[in-house]
Formats: sequence, C-alpha cells, structure tokens
Amino acid sequence: MTSTRIPPASATPATAGRAAIAARTLRTDRWWLQPAVTFAVLFAFVVYSTVRAFSNAAYFVPAYDYISPFYSPCLAANCADGASHLGQPLGNLGIISPALLILIVPLGFRLTCYYYRKAYYRAFWLSPPACAVAEPHAKYSGETRFPLILQNLHRYFFYLGLVLNVILTYDAFIAFKGKDGGIGLGIGTLVLLGNATLLWLYSLSCHSCRHAVGGRLKHFSAHPVRYRLWTWVSRLNGHHMKFAWVSLIWVALADLYVSLVASGTLTDLRIVN
Amino acid sequence: MGYQARFRVWRGDDTGGDLADFTVEVNEGEVVLDIVHRIQATQAPDLAVRWNCKAGKCGSCSAEINGRPRLLCMTRMSTFGESEVVTVTPLRTFPVVRDLVTDVSFNYVKAREMPAFAPPPGLAPGEYRMQQVDVERSQEFRKCIECFLCQNTCHVVRDHEENKEEFAGPRYFIRAAELDMHPLDARDDRREYAQAEQGLGLCNITKCCTEVCPEHIKITDNAIIPMKERVVDRRYDPLVWLGNKIGRRG
Amino acid sequence: MSPVERHEFDVVVIGAGGAGLRAAIAAREAGKRVAIICKSLFGKAHTVMAEGGAAAAMGNVNSADNWQVHFRDTMRGGKFLNNWRMAELHAKEAPDRVWELETYGALFDRTPDGRISQRNFGGHEYPRLAHVGDRTGLELIRTLQQKIVSLQQDDGDDENLKVFAEVTVTRLLKDGDRIAGAFGYRRQTGEFLVFDAPAVVLATGGIGKSYKVTSNSWEYTGDGHALALAAGATLLNMEFVQFHPTGMVWPPSVKGILVTESVRGDGGVLRNTEGKRFMFEYIPDVFKDKYATSEEEGDRWYDDQANNRRPPELLPRDEVARAINSEVKAGRGTPHGGVFLDVSTRLPAAEITRRLPSMYHQFKELADVDITAEPMEVGPTAHYVMGGVEVDPDTAAATVPGLFAAGEVSGGMHGSNRLGGNSLSDLLVFGRRAGLGAASYLDSLAARPVVAEADVAEATTAALAPFDRAAGENPFALQGELQQTMHDLVGIIRTAEEMEQALDRLTDLRKRAAAAGAGGGRVFNPGWHVALDLVNLLLISECIARSALERQESRGGHTRDDFPAMSAEWRQENLICALPAPGTEVQLRRQPLPAMPRELLDLFDRDELAKYMTDEEL
Repeated sequence: MTSTRIPPASATPATAGRAAIAARTLRTDRWWLQPAVTFAVLFAFVVYSTVRAFSNAAYFVPAYDYISPFYSPCLAANCADGASHLGQPLGNLGIISPALLILIVPLGFRLTCYYYRKAYYRAFWLSPPACAVAEPHAKYSGETRFPLILQNLHRYFFYLGLVLNVILTYDAFIAFKGKDGGIGLGIGTLVLLGNATLLWLYSLSCHSCRHAVGGRLKHFSAHPVRYRLWTWVSRLNGHHMKFAWVSLIWVALADLYVSLVASGTLTDLRIVN
Repeated sequence: MGYQARFRVWRGDDTGGDLADFTVEVNEGEVVLDIVHRIQATQAPDLAVRWNCKAGKCGSCSAEINGRPRLLCMTRMSTFGESEVVTVTPLRTFPVVRDLVTDVSFNYVKAREMPAFAPPPGLAPGEYRMQQVDVERSQEFRKCIECFLCQNTCHVVRDHEENKEEFAGPRYFIRAAELDMHPLDARDDRREYAQAEQGLGLCNITKCCTEVCPEHIKITDNAIIPMKERVVDRRYDPLVWLGNKIGRRG
Repeated sequence: MSPVERHEFDVVVIGAGGAGLRAAIAAREAGKRVAIICKSLFGKAHTVMAEGGAAAAMGNVNSADNWQVHFRDTMRGGKFLNNWRMAELHAKEAPDRVWELETYGALFDRTPDGRISQRNFGGHEYPRLAHVGDRTGLELIRTLQQKIVSLQQDDGDDENLKVFAEVTVTRLLKDGDRIAGAFGYRRQTGEFLVFDAPAVVLATGGIGKSYKVTSNSWEYTGDGHALALAAGATLLNMEFVQFHPTGMVWPPSVKGILVTESVRGDGGVLRNTEGKRFMFEYIPDVFKDKYATSEEEGDRWYDDQANNRRPPELLPRDEVARAINSEVKAGRGTPHGGVFLDVSTRLPAAEITRRLPSMYHQFKELADVDITAEPMEVGPTAHYVMGGVEVDPDTAAATVPGLFAAGEVSGGMHGSNRLGGNSLSDLLVFGRRAGLGAASYLDSLAARPVVAEADVAEATTAALAPFDRAAGENPFALQGELQQTMHDLVGIIRTAEEMEQALDRLTDLRKRAAAAGAGGGRVFNPGWHVALDLVNLLLISECIARSALERQESRGGHTRDDFPAMSAEWRQENLICALPAPGTEVQLRRQPLPAMPRELLDLFDRDELAKYMTDEEL
C-alpha cells in the first residue's frame, strides 16, 4: 500500500505537556448512572440466563407447544418430549443442557453487537466509564488483538441469528395451538409472538445487516432496490439500542413465562381455546 | 435581567496552572464564550482563549465546560442554574499553550498523513457526474468543522498518550469513510489504510465522538462502523468474497 | 533585540481563506516555494462563514445562462462602478474554477442529471450558485485545505508549501520600492518571524470589526488593507461597505450573525410587524422592469422563471438592507429592532431542514427559534467591504512591485455593491490570478530584494511597544468605542455632519490607541493582539470615513442622507486612499474609472446605460 507520511511541521512550536488538572473528570452531572444501570441489567440477565440454561427443566409446555426461546431449537435426545421440532441430531447429551449449545448463537450475536460492545466496554470494563471520564487501565489496545479482534465475526452471528429467528418465529406460530389440538391463543402465544417480532427488529436493525443490504455499495444510484432497503434498515438502525434492550428483557420474560407455566406455577391464561 | 455568575477558569501553561475564580455578569441570551470575553475585557485582558466566528461554524473555541467537551460559542448560559459554578478548562488530550488554548497540531499531522482525494483518470474538470444519493453520505462527513472535540474526547488518545502515534482518531475515520464512499475517488485502498495505518481497530465504538459532535455527524454509526464492516469484507468474510466472484461489484 | 525566526520563501501568502489558499495552490503549481500565513488555525478562515454558494455561469439549471449574463448582473449589482475588466474575467473564469474544485474532491449538491446544482440568489438573473446546502464556504475552504495537503504529499514534505498557523503579520518589509518580505509574530509563543520573500500576496479579507454589528469574525481587522497602505500601495473606494440585509438581531450576544440570502432565494419573504411584504414598495427605478410587482407574480417565479419576474426580496443586498432600515425607522420593526424573515409558511418543515440545515441549527441553538414553525427576526449587519487594495485586474498586482492582493482585501471587482455568491467565485478567480501573477513577477526578477535589518529592528520595537505601556488604556475598551463610532456615524445611512464628527473621534481614538497598553506576557495574549490590531482598524476606519465624506452621492453600499441620488458624474470617479508616510493622515484623491470597451457596453440596452452614465459617455 502506498501511504504518504510527512514528518510533523517543524513550524509548530513544541509545547510540552497537557494542562495539569488532577481531577479524573470535572463532569458535574450523574455520568455514572448510565453505566451503573447497564451493569445492573446486563448482570441480572447473565445470572438469570445462566441459571435457566443449566437448569435443563421447565422449558416446554406440551399442551400448547410453548417452548422457551432459550431452548429452541432443542436438538438433543435428552430434550423434553415433543420439544424437538427439528429432530434430535445431537444424540443424548446426558446431563448437559441442550440450551447451552443453542445459546451460543444469541450470546455471540449480542456479545459482538456494535451496540452491546459500547454498553459493556463502558459498564463492565470502564473503558471508558463515560465520556470524558478517565479510564483506570494503564494500557489499551482496543479491538486489534485476540480475543477482541473476534468482534469482527459479528456478521456470522448475524447470519446464524437469522436462522434462529426463523425457528423462533415458527415456534410462535405453532404456539397457536388449542387444548384440543386445534387453533388456540393464550398469553403464552402472544409472549412468543412478541419475542419473535422483537428479535427480528433487533436483528434487522443491526449494523452488519445495514452494511449487507446496501451500506457496502459505492453507488446507491446504480442499485435502487438495495438503496431502498438500506434506507429502511437505516431507519431501524437508529433504534438499534432500544431494540437491543427491549428484546433482551422480553426474551428473558418469555423464558420466565414458559418456565412458570411448564412448572405448573402459573396457569396460562387462554383467550381462544 | 442579568445576574452575577461564578466561573472557574483554568489558567496556566505547560509548567502548571490552576482554576481561577471569577464573578462575572451574565445577560439574557448569552453563551459561555460571551462570559469568557467579559472576563477578558474587564478582569483579565491576557486570558487566552481561541475563537473565531462565534456562530458554531469554524470550530475554534473548543474547550471543556463542567468537564464536558463543548464549543464555548454554542453553550448557552441558560443551560446552567444561576447559582451553579461553571468550570471552563482547556481540552485535555492536547498539550496546553496557555489558559484555554491548546496545541492541536496532532490533528494537522494526522490530516497530512491521510492520502488525498484521487481524481478519476480520464475525466476532465466539468465532466464529473454524480447523483445526489451517491454524494449524500460523504457530504455528511464534510459538514465537519474540525473542532477536534471528537479527537479530544476519544479515550484511545485522551487516556493513552502512547496511542497517538498509531491512532488517527474519529475526525480522520470520517475522512476515510468520506473518501471510500466518494462516487469518483479513484483509490481502492481506503479501508486497508484505515485498518493498517489509521488504527481503526483501536476504536471500541463507545460513541463519545458522536456524543460531542456539534454538527451532529453520526460518526460512529455512519462512518466508523461502516468502515469496520468494509474492513471485514476485505479481510474476514468469505461469503462476500464469493459473492464478488459470482456477481458484479457494488 | 529579541531573537527572530527567519524563513526564506518565493511567495508569502498572507491569509488562508479561499483567495489565499487558491493563490498558494497556483504559485506552488507554478513551481514556487510558498508560505501560507494564517491568522487563525488552518481551515478556520472567514470563508467558512459563506453560506449561499459560488456564482458561476455554468448553465446547469438554466442553459440560457452564460458569462455575458453574469457580467451584466455583476455590473448592475455594483451600479456600474465595477472595474469592468475584473468583472469580465470573473464572469468568464468562474465556471472553470468551480469545476476545478471537483477535481480536488469537492462534493456540491447535484442536479438530477448529475451536474453541479445551482440556486437562485439576489441580483442573479438565473440560478447560478453552486452550493452545498447552506455551508458552501466550509466546503470551499476544506477542499482547498485538502488540496494543499495533497500538494504537500506530492512534494513528499511541506518544505515547499508550508502553513504557518496562528501567525499575524504586522509589517511588510521593502527593499527600495519593492517588497522584500514580511514581519510578524506567533500567537502561541509571542515570538517574531521574518519572511524573506520577493512576492507577497495579501488575502486577508475585510474590515468588519470596525463595526459594532457585523457578521465578521475577530480576525477581520483590515490587516491587509493597512499593510498595503503602510507599504505605499493604494486603496480604492473604501466608502463602499456592504450591510447584509439579514443578520440575527436577537439575542444581543449573537447580533449580527449572518442569516444566509438562500433563505430568500429558496422562498423566504420579508414582512413588517403589520404583516406586509414591504419589499414591493422599495423597488428602485433602475430595477423597475426586472422585479415582480405583485405577490402572485413573485410567488409564481420560483416555479416558472421564464414567464415571471423575480420577487423584490431578491433585489441586490444594498436595496434590501436600506428597505429594512427604513421599515424599522418608520416604527414597523420588531421589538428587537428587525423585521420578520419567514420561511416557515412557505416551505414544508422537512424541506427547510434539508435546504437550510445550518440556519435551522443556528436559530435553534443560539436563539431557541424553530425556523420551520416561526419567522426569524433579522436586520442589517456589516458584512463585506467592496473597497480594497487597488490592483491590476489580470495579475492582481498592487501598485507596489511584489505586492499582490486577492479576495475581499482587493478592490474594484464588485463596484459599489457585491452580489451574493460573487465572493466565493471572486476568491477562486483572483486567488489563482494572484498566485500566477506572483509567480511570473518572480520569473522577471533579476535580483532578490534584501530585507534591511534596521527595518526588522524597528518592526520589533513597534510590536513590543504596548508592553512598555502596561498601565495604558484597555485596548478592548478602545476597540468597543471605535466600533460604536463607526456604527453610529459611518453606518448604513450617512450624513456629512456625522462623518465629520466621526473623523474627530477617530483622531482622538488614534491618540489614545497610541498609548494603549498590554499587561502579561507574550504567549497567546489577546490584550496585546487587540492593541496591535487596533492600529489597523483605526487606519482603515479613517479611510472609510474620509472616502464616504468625499463621495457626494448615494450608490450601492454608500448611502448619503444629504445626497440621496445616484450621480452619473460621480460614477466616473474612483476615490483613492494613500498614506504618504507612516503615522501621517490618510490622503484622498480622485481617479477616473477605466472606461468599458465597446463590446462590453453593447451587452446592455442604451436605455439601461442611460440610467447610470452621462450623456457624453453615451
């Protein structure tokens, strides 16, 4: 590659150091609030989802075909009866929860997501905790080295996530099952439908998606359809943060609801049949 | 209508300095720069502050107000309570010259390293044809007034002086994106340059540059992330590679 | 004597706005070693404030446009006092200069067929202004700045094209009657520099800081005008100061900040507090047949320019500024002393934010006014000086060998009033010509002029003088008084009595300024800088006041209450300012305007020329 490097202008007077201001930040607003809330919510989610993923129980309601989004698709022979819509190619995993295999996809997708990166770099790694607030680390290499260079794999998780979205949408449709095997509608159906919708919104508003549909083009005018798609995805992309949070909380609530119904703690409220 | 406000302004140079207290009149509709000028005209004629247009168009009066990187001329006094102490300090990331003035030559050095627009061969002046939809993305980045607030707030260099060598900063990432998205730029190595020479990978997209931009340029979403994705296209994505082999290039 | 940093170049360009950068590009491309001196940081020059666009008869939007039409518009706008040759060169070369910018990487707004889009503006017969939203000046300066970088990259280093940021030149140095270099100081360190250079291009812009209400930034202290005078060059027609009709009037701290003419070009209308579109009553006789006489016709014009005449809101700036001034004086102004400029009832909100993004932003952030929902309050603001250094049109050479001037600091091109959009194209056309002029001057030079050490010593002493008077008067206060004086007594409407009063006050201020002091050190000391700038401002203000008192007619940017008519005899006169020796009073003399050649005269109807010229001339 040809790059032109020019030595610094000698005309600029050499001034030594920065202004000597001892305070880590002079911000007077509650800059710590946002990272604190982010930390609290993400931490709560991680704890809850870990517990649920390992629990390997109460994730399927056979009566209405409700399956927890944490456990779908359930691909192992030790899955609950009737929960494996796509067969059981993985055989019996014994005591290992089938959720662990499938959760890698949404976990990877969210972990490498451009929004979540900002959120957890700030809230968990304090790099930086907030804008214009000094970070505590002595060294910083960004996303240039292993493991953080793997953040570049985001788009593969996006592609896999799309497959999962199709499956979860299918899950929502089969949840329109009544007591007698015919068509029915319960709160659980709506919860799963909402879950699928939000996951689509979150996925389609993703920066990698925006890039794939049209962002990578140099001449929009030569690709009017992709340009139109790009403008739509761009509009969604403006709400990516919102979709990230709402879909995250919803997926946890969806799992919670299915688990409560599956364990018999709660009876699903039926609207139709 | 007017009231007396309490100001703390950092005064000093590269050998040291401290916050100086001032009590100064504030009138309706004034901005922080007006108050700094009043201090200058009535109490401290040698108070150094850099400014030009006083209309948010030139990007000279960058400083930090209550710890936040801002343009002095675009920060209205009405955003503060009358009893609130307003603290004005120089940009932290650059060497201080005196008082509120810093040496921002870092940015000009980075600008000179960035390969310039490469005119398309075979097109004479006056023959350039470009569609509005194709120039709009780059036009957003050309709104940049070079206030360098993004460069100042970015923790990659703000908190790590040692990264200055390798890191061009948000201002020059939008320049890279501008040229990569320019419909007629003849170079095709902008993304490789961004990755290898500008230190795009050092950015961890914490979006502080976007937050401080007085021109509301969506630096992170519209320039840095697209450039990261474009780097992935070239370096890490076999699907795109395959698509390019089969279909035509975008 | 304090140590002085020395630099040797072929050409020193003072000023890093559009004209300066374009001159530097031309001189460098001609193989010369060039220094660019910026008073501010590189890329912050006042050109960034230009909003509307660059006028060039490319004919992209209306193919009937050509250089002859542009030339006619320019001459009419300047009330035929323009230097015809400059107006001709400008109209002919502007399209090439704009197209050239695209090869440097500029991205103008486009027409549907992919060409550079052009917008309407006051005084221009066809849509003519190449633009980027309402931030065209920023695009221009950034493009030229990046071209400079590109030339440095071609050279491999910046030794042959060097930018000196935050350096102020206080004196031009001569060897006999020729330019030998320049002397200045660095703001960041307070240290002095001497440039040994046989050619100096002045591109320092205007004088707006002589006035209290101005759209100009702090740098606009008439440095180039004053440097030229002190070096023995002459200034032309300094009485013509353009008051832009639409500056912000509220809140007080932003009073004067420009509201672009594009607001009117894109459909905005002026109303008084009675809700009336008053401009229809202010169409002067010379423009009677070119402007709409009813609101309906004016409104139709935006869509059908072939069959309708343009609305009078788009009259040249001097007419609109005077009209607003009269409305306010007649008691039909807003409480803050302006009139209403309304675009909110004329265009959909989305269209306003698309076409006028920085105006939307500016009003929202500075005045808390949403221009998509309510009218703006506007009033006249000192904006541009048509007068300036007297130059040769083709080479931009001033009367002192080795001295060149381009852009606002030069005079003649715009006559008595500049059309909007003609400034950015002026910068490009004459910036380039100045660079080329300097290069060919160098080629013709037998021996390099030498800077006299005694001159450097003297310049150093003069620059340091304010520190010897640390207890002297506050320079900021003096600057304020000067601005108030010019605003009150040599403003938009002038009378002999007031201007005589102004001259007395200026004499007094000059004495006091000679005793003004600066405390503190030399590092970035604004008090010191103002004390030095004040000398320039006073000198230029005196030129303006003397010329304005002398010219007994009203024309363009010069309106006399005691001589309200335009005079064909006065049209034949240029007023020339000179400074016989440093520290003396400015001298004024009349000089005949160069006569326009036949083929250019033929571009106008005899009836139209009769409105401006004497019978003998016809």
